[in-house]
Amino acid sequence: MDAHPASVPPVSAAPRAGIRLPGLGVGLGRGMVVLYLSLMVMLPLAAVLDESLSGGVGAFWDSVTGAQSMAALKLTVICSLIVVAINAVFGTIIAWVLVRDEFPGKGAVNALIDLPFALPTIVAGLTLLTLYGADSPFGLDIAFTRVAIVVALCFITLPFVTRAVQPLLMEMDQQMEEAATSLGAGGFTVFRRIIFPNLLPGIIAGVMLAFARALGEYGSLILISGNIPFDTEVSSVFIRSQIESGNVAGASAVSVVLLAIALALLIGVSFFARMGDRGREPGILSRTVNRVIARSQIGGGP
Amino acid sequence: MTSSTPAKWGLRSLALGYLGLLLLAPVAMIFYKTFEHGLGPPIEAMTSPDALHAIWLTLLMVAVAVPLNTVFGVGCALLLVRHKWKGNALIDGIINLPFAISPIVVGLSLFLLYGNDGWFGPTLSEWGIQVLFSTPGMILASVFVSLPFVVRETVPVLQEIGTEQEQAASTLGANVWQTFWRVTLPAIRWGVAYGIVLTTARVLGEFGAVTIVSGSISGETETLPLFVAKAFEQFNEEAAYAGAIVLALLALTTLLLMSVGGRKAKAQGGPIPITGDTAISTSNTKEGS
Repeated sequence: MDAHPASVPPVSAAPRAGIRLPGLGVGLGRGMVVLYLSLMVMLPLAAVLDESLSGGVGAFWDSVTGAQSMAALKLTVICSLIVVAINAVFGTIIAWVLVRDEFPGKGAVNALIDLPFALPTIVAGLTLLTLYGADSPFGLDIAFTRVAIVVALCFITLPFVTRAVQPLLMEMDQQMEEAATSLGAGGFTVFRRIIFPNLLPGIIAGVMLAFARALGEYGSLILISGNIPFDTEVSSVFIRSQIESGNVAGASAVSVVLLAIALALLIGVSFFARMGDRGREPGILSRTVNRVIARSQIGGGP
Repeated sequence: MTSSTPAKWGLRSLALGYLGLLLLAPVAMIFYKTFEHGLGPPIEAMTSPDALHAIWLTLLMVAVAVPLNTVFGVGCALLLVRHKWKGNALIDGIINLPFAISPIVVGLSLFLLYGNDGWFGPTLSEWGIQVLFSTPGMILASVFVSLPFVVRETVPVLQEIGTEQEQAASTLGANVWQTFWRVTLPAIRWGVAYGIVLTTARVLGEFGAVTIVSGSISGETETLPLFVAKAFEQFNEEAAYAGAIVLALLALTTLLLMSVGGRKAKAQGGPIPITGDTAISTSNTKEGS
């Protein structure tokens, strides 16, 4: 995996493109990279795919469309949709306040936005349970309900839209808004006709990423959702329960479905970002999306 | 937009209120709960043999997974950026895969490879190597989930710095190794450091994947996040909160390192990690904090 050469003889002629390894070194390096990725990532995933199809396509389909698995999938998708809708609104408002508003402590608030990304998911679940569980100081006991799932997912995915919209908002030319205002447009018209269309690509990208993350979320839900089948059991928890009860093929089938949706969203969002970057400072949306993706993974996976 | 004062205050209180209820209140609450009865109970809970072992094991995960993924990440980034190849797009896509996968699925995949009926499990156990429900499996899970960070943070910086200085160095007679250590690495160090911080934070907090492969045996295969979950489920709230505080403090440190790192890279005039903290540092400077 060590691609920079430890014992490569000095290069006599000046290479034209910076550090270049001699032919053998490149081949060796590539071999190591491919081997590492195969062992660490591809083989495990191949095993899941293989296991999911171990009983044939029919069994795969039956596992996915089984009553409990379908209930979990539906719950996961519906909760995730509600959560990204909430995120789209509040994420944009928060981004707006952080970019256009001035108030003491703004820097600290801005840094804290990433906390859900940095906080281990189990800690996130525990903190939410402490505040909104049986001992809630507000008297708000939502533990083991679907509302709790929505709240936990809102917490976990909070930074996505904000972080995707912020750079676009900073980038925006305020002269357009001033021109519109001087021509008599009211605040809401300016927002609807000028600001919103400019921010929309960021909102959509943020929503797609948040959705992908919410679909696979596990750690923050395990304590607060109660994991009641047909009621508050999301797909990732369903997979866990199937592994524990020995139905590994069923667990694999649902895993493959989750994997396929998340992968489609990830490919979709980078494609969408490249489209959105046309006619804009080169690459701002793509760069933002890459940054948000990388950041979002610290605390614990999608 | 010259928004009217009521609108401005309305938006501000809406944003801050939402953040307060969803973000600040829970975190404040857990600090309050932990230190409700002073420093004694949390310290006692964190110095129990099981807790100490969990901390030690978590650090072990970091000590193995982070160097492995750092060396791989820098090497892989160099290959991707400096050596055009047909397979690069595929490698790039595969590196993104861990981002799209639920940690539970990562755990399941390792279970399928190294379990008793798995692809490699029986052979390895014949050789006397136990992967699942022991440290190697947990390390594999940690490596999997934290694999992309260093590559992702290093690639843009490598693209940014270009190759002129490296060319100059080799014209002056430096070999590839010297050029890497003296020219390339210093130029990309903030990007790499950024990736290392993210990798470390990810490994420290990993729960879903590790929970499947470890079996969560107290004092044996329990990392700190697993310790927190188990303590809570066993109604040992003091230990759960204390462990959560340790992890939360590490998360806050990560946030601090992220914004300090971003600013430092800027101050030194070095390449700002594009994937880094531009949003935060820009608004911080604007505010003059």
